[in-house]
Amino acid sequence: MTSLAAKARRLIGIFLLGVVLFNYPVLSLFDREIFLSGIPILYLYLFGVWALLILLTAMVTASRRSGLREQGMDERSETLTKD
Amino acid sequence: MLETGTILFVSFLYMGLLFAIAYYGDRRADAGRSIISNPYIYALSMAVYCTAWTFYGSVGRAADAGLGFLPVYIGPTLAATLGWLVLRKIIRISKVHRITSIADFIASRYGKSSTLAAMVTVIAALGIVPYIALQLKAVSTSYLIIRGYPDITMPGVSTGFPVFSDTAFYVALILALFAVLFGTRHLDATERHEGLVAAIAFESVIKLAAFFAVGIFVTYGIYDGFGDLIGRAARMPALNSRLTLGGGEGTYVNWTLAVFLSMMAVLFLPRQFQVAVVENVNEDHLNRALWLFPLYLLAINIFVIPVALGGVMIFSGQSVYADTFVLTLPMVRHQQELALFAFIGGMSAATGMVIVETVALSTMICNDLVMPILLRLPMLRLTEQSDLSALLLTIRRAGIILVLLLGYAYFHFIGEHYTLVSIGLVSFTAVAQFAPAILGGIFWRAGSRSGAIAGLLAGFGVWLYTLVLPSLADVGFLPADFVTEGPFGIAMLKPFSLFGLQGLDRIGHAVFWSMLANAGLYIGISMFSRPSAIEHAQAALFVDVFRQAESERSTVWRGTAPVPDLRSMLRRFLGRSQADRALAQYGVEHGIDWEKSPTADSGLVNYAEKLLAGAIGSASARVMVGSIEKEAPLSIAEVMDILDETRQVIAYSRELERATAELQAANERLKELDRLKDEFLSTVTHELRTPLTSIRSIAEILHENPDIGPDRHQEFTLIIVRESQRLTRLITQVLEFQRIESGRMDWHLSRVDIEEVISEAVGATRQLLEEKRIVLSSELADGLPEIEGDRDRLVQVLVNLISNAVKFCEPEQGRIDIHARKEGGGLRVDVADNGPGIASEDRESIFEEFRQIRSETRGRPQGTGLGLSICRRIIDFHKGRIWVESTPGQGATFCFWVPMKGPSAG
Repeated sequence: MTSLAAKARRLIGIFLLGVVLFNYPVLSLFDREIFLSGIPILYLYLFGVWALLILLTAMVTASRRSGLREQGMDERSETLTKD
Repeated sequence: MLETGTILFVSFLYMGLLFAIAYYGDRRADAGRSIISNPYIYALSMAVYCTAWTFYGSVGRAADAGLGFLPVYIGPTLAATLGWLVLRKIIRISKVHRITSIADFIASRYGKSSTLAAMVTVIAALGIVPYIALQLKAVSTSYLIIRGYPDITMPGVSTGFPVFSDTAFYVALILALFAVLFGTRHLDATERHEGLVAAIAFESVIKLAAFFAVGIFVTYGIYDGFGDLIGRAARMPALNSRLTLGGGEGTYVNWTLAVFLSMMAVLFLPRQFQVAVVENVNEDHLNRALWLFPLYLLAINIFVIPVALGGVMIFSGQSVYADTFVLTLPMVRHQQELALFAFIGGMSAATGMVIVETVALSTMICNDLVMPILLRLPMLRLTEQSDLSALLLTIRRAGIILVLLLGYAYFHFIGEHYTLVSIGLVSFTAVAQFAPAILGGIFWRAGSRSGAIAGLLAGFGVWLYTLVLPSLADVGFLPADFVTEGPFGIAMLKPFSLFGLQGLDRIGHAVFWSMLANAGLYIGISMFSRPSAIEHAQAALFVDVFRQAESERSTVWRGTAPVPDLRSMLRRFLGRSQADRALAQYGVEHGIDWEKSPTADSGLVNYAEKLLAGAIGSASARVMVGSIEKEAPLSIAEVMDILDETRQVIAYSRELERATAELQAANERLKELDRLKDEFLSTVTHELRTPLTSIRSIAEILHENPDIGPDRHQEFTLIIVRESQRLTRLITQVLEFQRIESGRMDWHLSRVDIEEVISEAVGATRQLLEEKRIVLSSELADGLPEIEGDRDRLVQVLVNLISNAVKFCEPEQGRIDIHARKEGGGLRVDVADNGPGIASEDRESIFEEFRQIRSETRGRPQGTGLGLSICRRIIDFHKGRIWVESTPGQGATFCFWVPMKGPSAG
């Protein structure tokens, strides 16, 4: 159960990180006409943070699952749909 | 040259392929080998979020406002990080309660309210209509454009056209047919459509591939990579501003509101609910989907800016809509196949959305709007019909066609005037109105039905007022000064700057006011309303869904019903074979033989209600089951039972508390007694030791000095005698106390004259008094009656009291007064001294055994500490009482009272 709570905490943490990075005022720091190898820095920043969030989410959700599957539930709903 | 026939052929070929996939998916599902039961298909089906809006509209938006299109995709990414908390809970709740639509979800949470179900359905349908119009517009526009290949001509506004020569009308009809064939092939208890999901996932692949193809062509085919393309754009003053957000007033607030809006939309759009919740095969798939889905969004957005900038540069000066760049850029470079691929990609984006959305909406319209009304109409006698599954399917099909026609009407009269993105955001704002009721509903137990209704009404009202009415004014249904001057010229009520709010764009403005009204009323009214029993029950089931054991037995409803009634009801809605199979399965699982048990228990009734809820919605299912249930759900008697149980539990726990407290007190007392016993032992041994020591030392003196004078000899032997007497007295007292305590005392009852008792006691203590030169006086009232009692013991009481008084009196100055008089039905005797007195806190405890009062000045008192204790026991035996009155510093008066009728009187 603790691993589930830890997972929830981490995901909330990623969410808060995303909220901070994707909003004013941090966003305004990159809202400038600066180019890195021809690409605007805002463009790089937004897609970079985006990719970072996806990576972090992938790492947290991929960490070892704590076998909490409701096997019975799934089986029942599956058998019911066999028509 | 692209022939119209070729375009149509490829389009229908593509749709045929989709059908083949869907058919295959359904076949595999029937065979029990699902092709969609993996996280990748699940994530791809979620990508139905990307519609023609994404495919065509993002580019249009980017051409106008640079990165302003991104919040719509950043929102879902943020929502995905919370998806494991929010979406997983919604999925679990929906599985447990067999919830098949968002209207059902909200209605079920707030007490299976059919009012709420209908409200949510209406809001969802009205809110989604513009969104569907958007898809029609995209498909028909793209068709009209590609038909002109290689010439690029923008189709004119079709508002004035007759309906039957309008391409969009036929697009609507074809999509309706498609959705009917896909979504309502058969009725399913869980509303799951495996084939449809497979087709949607395939469409997601196609639209991503098509967009990528166009993006790569523009970036690397027309231009020389990102740097080259953006570098050129940056040199154009008109495009320079697209590379930043601009940072004007309200820019960041608008940005944040748009992110928030799309967060809500990705969770609560009916089609997202359908694919993410209803079609979810396994909760575990969520783990991968939570990052695969954002990854898809990221991928489909990478080329948006290049395509937009490239389009603006290539078509500068021409009248080509930015919304069409994805299609027109390949066309202008004569890439025939790529243009066709882009057209198919756009079509796949549009059809995917329309199919899932209309299926989801038609389920809601049927289950949550039409059926509850039909079931309540007595003249239709629907509850007595033998098979309703055909009727249900017909209603759903009609629902799909109705929604698409409404979408067409919106497109025809209003939609032509707006860009794709601005139409879509209107729908997002409508759908976001579900957020407070749903999020509050799954995390906040106190959220109430009246709060949800008020919030939804308010939010929907603000949405209508700030977004829909102005668009009606734009196209002339309402006077234009409604927007510019405010209704009736009231400037405070201008729909785009309500109460004078400035600085936000139209959507941000509407989101702010509608969410404020919605969430505010929801929370406020919930806090002050009193929910009904069923609301309470449902709230607990939803909020604590992860804590409940998943069993039908943990039910709140305790009704029973005849099995045949239940069976025929299930057959009517689910069809014969499916109903029988479901019942048989339940019987096997719970070891019940239907032939032998004619009455369904509450577990089965609940199971049947959930099955029905899958087919016709929870509100309708409640009505149906209620019609055959034997007992009213939660009768007064049952409520009383529950209350009674609760009360018993409370009483029991109180009793436990009291018992614990008693035990604690007893334990304290035992510890105290133990301590006192220790003290007693040391006291007694000390008391025994003192006389023993003096006897021994005097005996030694006598032994070692045989020639001591006769006077001294006499004196010494007298001391030995006294000390021996004192020893004897002590031992007697201890033994006596022991006897009284263990109840082995022999009592000799007779008529007792108290005068005699007093004089005997005074005589026995005379020596003691004389030693300390204490004056004793006694004052006895006349005609004291005889009492019944043990004479010797009463003497002992008085002796004890007198010697006690002597102990505390100062030698030479001491005075002891004894009074005896008749009082009540007995005799009262007081023994007063002029010693230091007794503090009030000690007045009760001195009668306890081994208790001796210590004081700083007098040190350890003499005696065993048993005297008064013995007195109390004796007086208790005589059914009297003994107490002490004292003013510290002015002596103490020990009093006892004994009744004339003694212990033998009963």
